[in-house]
Amino acid sequence: MSEPVVKTKTPVSFVLDACAAIGHSILNILGSVGAITHFAGQTIGHIVRPPIFGRHILRQFIDIGYYSLPVVGMTALFTGMVLALQSFTGFSRFNAEGAIASVVALSVTRELSPVLAGLMVAGRVGASIAAEIGTMRVTEQIDALTTLSVNPVKYLVVPRVIAGTLMLPALVLIGDIIGIYGGYLVSTHILGFSAGNYITQTWDVLQTVDVVSGLVKAAAFGFVVSLMGCYHGYNSDRGAQGVGAATTNAVVSSSIFILILNYLLTQVFFS
Amino acid sequence: MSTPKLEMRNVKKSFGSKHVLQGIDLSVEKGRSLVIIGGSGTGKSVTLKSVLGLVKPDSGSILIDGKETIGIKAHERDELMKKFGMLFQGGALFDSLPIWHNVAFGLIHGKNLPKAEAREIAIEKLKAVGLGSAVADLFPAELSGGMQKRVSLARAIAASPEIIFFDEPTTGLDPIMADVINDLIVECVKNLGATALSITHDMASARKIADDVAMIYQGRIIWKGAVKDLDHSGNPYVDQFIHGRAHGPITDITTKAA
Repeated sequence: MSEPVVKTKTPVSFVLDACAAIGHSILNILGSVGAITHFAGQTIGHIVRPPIFGRHILRQFIDIGYYSLPVVGMTALFTGMVLALQSFTGFSRFNAEGAIASVVALSVTRELSPVLAGLMVAGRVGASIAAEIGTMRVTEQIDALTTLSVNPVKYLVVPRVIAGTLMLPALVLIGDIIGIYGGYLVSTHILGFSAGNYITQTWDVLQTVDVVSGLVKAAAFGFVVSLMGCYHGYNSDRGAQGVGAATTNAVVSSSIFILILNYLLTQVFFS
Repeated sequence: MSTPKLEMRNVKKSFGSKHVLQGIDLSVEKGRSLVIIGGSGTGKSVTLKSVLGLVKPDSGSILIDGKETIGIKAHERDELMKKFGMLFQGGALFDSLPIWHNVAFGLIHGKNLPKAEAREIAIEKLKAVGLGSAVADLFPAELSGGMQKRVSLARAIAASPEIIFFDEPTTGLDPIMADVINDLIVECVKNLGATALSITHDMASARKIADDVAMIYQGRIIWKGAVKDLDHSGNPYVDQFIHGRAHGPITDITTKAA
């Protein structure tokens, strides 16, 4: 009986396999980028063309905006409080405690409120949108819309993207106020700052661009979160596993896009 | 010879390396009910979805009233869809909407009817499928599978379509409820004077709702004839399928199971 032939991998074939795997991943990424861009273009095209489902947009304002208020408010409050405490600990080494109000106001409005609100909304709303639309895909409700002469992108995606883009700035504005108030509470009740000084310093340091940049970021994050939720749900694979994967992908991709966009927008506004 | 209401010519569709439709040729005359039978994975659903425009064929031609439908513009597709009604296998009712709104959905959003008028029509259609107005304000999750199927049928006929598609209309129903649905399908299609295209592997359903039957196998129509000729088709594939025999020329099902 002949000996079985054992194929050993040569270094060249190992390198070729690695290159093939990398190439495959790059093609997948490019394919996804193309598909997302096409989906975004389709969505924007439907936003500017009638009919507009006004009642659905209002419903999404409530779902995305109103119901996200507690989680965004809590996040902002505790972030402002922690920021004041940490700043005090750090700045006291250099006798710079007086800068706490400025640090809290600028950090909250420029960065923390929009980014943290975006990430919280990605977790709450992005996941919910992907799960809802994914379930509709799996149960053929999206196909049913098409057969009833209703464009699914216009009916399902456009209201969510409009609501996400408009409601996140509103949430961030409220988050700014609550976050600064959190810093104020800790500074005046625990760290012994004068309330009047704290408010005056906050008011003096804040410029329009600080708040506006945060709101523009929020609008971009809202667009991305709702679009990613819709995209992954709309293209969900069959079965419960498909919907689960769509939900995870929606949250992960939204979060990554938020972090990348945050850097790019910060550079645009402040470099 | 009159133009068929629906015609498919050499329609092909592949998903990657899987060639699902390998040249479907089919026609349905106006007012006739054609049922496509065939095993799982033979291309029944893809055939139906191709006609509905939910799947874009790779090649071939699909004609409705003699007019090409592949590659038409979005607004032309929207207009075409107004001719269609569809009963989905799982019902595909919108969970977030009450029953009446599900039935009236196409009337409100597709035909722009006022809600009050659409609701009245919806309640009429619900009665036509044996459901009282009491269910109108319930939600789909509050109904049994059979009732959901009736609601889905009411939605399919609500806009008085010219062509109605039925995707496995009796799947998941007990034999009695399946027969009730079959009767309703026959009645509704006749009352509307519509053309019907159904896919099923339930032979009792096929015999009841079909004027003509076509059998699909490996992405091609291998036999078509009147329902009365089904039992003496002379086609061994059809014979094996309609009698549900494990052994015969259809081997891929048994080899898959093994």
